[in-house]
Amino acid sequence: MATTTAPAPTTTTNGAKPVDGPTMTVTVKVQRFNPEVDDKPRWESFQVPTDPMDRALDLLHYIKWHLDGSLAFRKSCAHGICGSDAMKINGENKLACSILLHDLGTKDGGTVTFEPLPAAPVVKDLVIDQSKFFAKYRAIMPWLINSTPAPEKERFQSPEQHAIIEDATKCIMCGACTHSCPSTWADPDYLGPAAMLKAFRYVFDSRDTESEERLKVVDSKDGLWKCYTIFNCVQACPKEIDITRWLSALKRKSVTARL
Amino acid sequence: MTFTHDIVIVGAGGAGLMAALYAREGGADVAVVSKLHPLRSHTGAAQGGIGAALGNEEEDHWLWHAFDTTKGSDYLGDQDAIEILCQDAPRTIIELEHYGVPFSRTKEGKIAQRRFGGHTRNFGEAPVRRACYAADRTGHMILHTLYEQCVKQNVNFYDEFQVLDLVMNEDGACVGCVAYEILTGEVHTFHSKITCFATGGYGRAFKTTSNAHAGTGDGFSMVLRAGIPLQDMEFVQFHPTGLYRLGILITEGARGEGGILRNSDGERFMERYAPTVKDLAPRDMVSQCIYKEIREGRGIKGRDHVVLDMTHVGKDVLEHKLPEISTFSRVYLGIDPVKQPIPVAPTCHYAMGGIPTNVDGQVVRGTDNTNPDDFVDGFYACGECGCVSVHGANRLGTNSLLDLVVIGRRTGMAMARAINEGKTLHPMVDNPEKRTRELLDDLLSRDKGEPTVAVRTDLQESMMKNVSVFRNEDTLSEAMADLATFRQRARNVVVQDKGKRFNTDLMDAVEIGFMVDYAEAIAGSARHRTESRGAHLREDFPKRNDDEWLRHTLFFSDGNGTIEMGDKPVTITRFQPKERKY
Repeated sequence: MATTTAPAPTTTTNGAKPVDGPTMTVTVKVQRFNPEVDDKPRWESFQVPTDPMDRALDLLHYIKWHLDGSLAFRKSCAHGICGSDAMKINGENKLACSILLHDLGTKDGGTVTFEPLPAAPVVKDLVIDQSKFFAKYRAIMPWLINSTPAPEKERFQSPEQHAIIEDATKCIMCGACTHSCPSTWADPDYLGPAAMLKAFRYVFDSRDTESEERLKVVDSKDGLWKCYTIFNCVQACPKEIDITRWLSALKRKSVTARL
Repeated sequence: MTFTHDIVIVGAGGAGLMAALYAREGGADVAVVSKLHPLRSHTGAAQGGIGAALGNEEEDHWLWHAFDTTKGSDYLGDQDAIEILCQDAPRTIIELEHYGVPFSRTKEGKIAQRRFGGHTRNFGEAPVRRACYAADRTGHMILHTLYEQCVKQNVNFYDEFQVLDLVMNEDGACVGCVAYEILTGEVHTFHSKITCFATGGYGRAFKTTSNAHAGTGDGFSMVLRAGIPLQDMEFVQFHPTGLYRLGILITEGARGEGGILRNSDGERFMERYAPTVKDLAPRDMVSQCIYKEIREGRGIKGRDHVVLDMTHVGKDVLEHKLPEISTFSRVYLGIDPVKQPIPVAPTCHYAMGGIPTNVDGQVVRGTDNTNPDDFVDGFYACGECGCVSVHGANRLGTNSLLDLVVIGRRTGMAMARAINEGKTLHPMVDNPEKRTRELLDDLLSRDKGEPTVAVRTDLQESMMKNVSVFRNEDTLSEAMADLATFRQRARNVVVQDKGKRFNTDLMDAVEIGFMVDYAEAIAGSARHRTESRGAHLREDFPKRNDDEWLRHTLFFSDGNGTIEMGDKPVTITRFQPKERKY
């Protein structure tokens, strides 16, 4: 019958040796905070049986399903496309479903730490309030504006024009970048890389005719000029988007637009 | 609290957002209620493409598309609906492009198209380039664009509100739904002239699935509990190429770009089964063939998987046209598809069956899609949870995104039309939240019992073992017996988290209850249909039997193990059923 009980392939390029079942035990330290009962965040540790080929998310699932059902975190697709499970893992913003213990370098007896994304109110444990994050997204008018009459066919766009925005369109709005940015930490009103990357995606879309309005939003005191090209966002992006490069292009464009 | 809107749409994936957008453009007051933030919806995981006979890369016609879809459905799809799906496809794709979807492009700047399983030119001659794509992130681009348009149009969003019950009045009309606000633990009533379910699929009922954790099929069971039947639930699509053990989707677009399936002998085994289209045969056939290879001892190194060989396709194609799946292979299996074949096995992917509707998303309780007496007043459904049926016994790749946007669009327009024609708000029933509050209180009251995960794991294993690609009377009876015990166990799980704030422990416990109900619809319908058709393969009835079974299945349940089967005619317009060969 159709079952999936056989062992995993033994040849891998990253050197990890996948097998069935747990091969090691790690200490998982989670920052807990439930505003219903806690005054301030606290750390809690769990012992979790696991394997180097497990995702960081698997550790959280193990805790939630077998040790403590009250642990709160968001997740959905579990393969890096829905953007639910951005959090701070071993001190860096990552998607819990897209990083294996092998990649974290976690060995038997090692420790993995989980914290919520920084610079946001915590709803509970690893769940943050993203309302401000999405308000910034809304502020840049994240939709195509084209005031010319719609043609019967598609609006043409050359592969070269498409290539300019393709990297930016990969963004899954997970928030790893914005919450890794020192400018966000210092100024909660800073638009942040995710929203401005979305602005880039539309300003540089050859089909968009109204970039001026959008540029006004990003060319502001809480906008582009608080990007000091620190590259934390690029480092944090799970989709490997070259965010700083595109924000620099947006800076040039907004200067040109002023002239 | 009670929230009142003209239209309340449950689910914020492609179908829900498309319906919301067109209903809003039609002037209605629209709310979208979703257990996730809309951008987390599973439409975003659709990879390879969306089908439409644009003819941008080579000659194509909507009628060829309709033929392929009908043949792909093993003639169980309703051909009037399939004609609408395929005729509406090109203009709907153009509208998506105008909304801003960043499709990949041809040299001339048109929407690029590629080959996909079961899509052919001239009624089966050879594969055709029909799948419009944005690399292998097509669903992601459509989902984000539709959400952005809904934001622009001021659609009301209730994010992380999990709907738990459908509210019907004594005349059998739908007057709203009840939702649990995950952030606060409050229970709310949504009172509306029209409720529309776009609640997605149920892949999580199976051990191996490409579906998101959220894909727990809640909508199907709420519908059953409201006394409305589910249609064609025996037809469960297993996608041939899930990443081995993980089930993560590797798009059919990989084979569309030249990828080849091989067994332990290195043989391109699909040549034997489908000499004309080979690896681009439809999904039901390819999944069945993979399991045949494994059963006959040609799984890789004796294990239960084959490989998808992309090594001859080249780095350039993988990097530019299939970047996501290349990343998945590297990240999750440590395999570079440029150099090594990818281990793959079938993974539960898609629900062909669901809530019976007509082509405008109107839910149909009876057997006549055109007779208002057979409709459920005030209730629409679209997307994966709906069954029009445009997919019949097996859906072709790229037709799911197409179903979401074409039927979602029509549903949105139809709902706005109903509102504009003066549809009124029925009074809310007394105490609509009673059933939900009792359920939640009961789950929270217990301190002893087994954890939800124990029941869920057993259910997923039983469904995988008994109701996946190969089925027979014994396995299906075993599944039904298992489900009866799972129902009792699901009612006695213990919820550790007793708090009100972001209590997903509680929601997991509610979901396992839903899972039992629709899993029973799947297994029960599968046991009922004593033939093999499309994705439903009965080892004890290996042939298709048009004389007895060229009809849709309806499944009714009282939610306590008493089930009833009914049927519904299939609409045939142009294409008479023939033996299916590829």
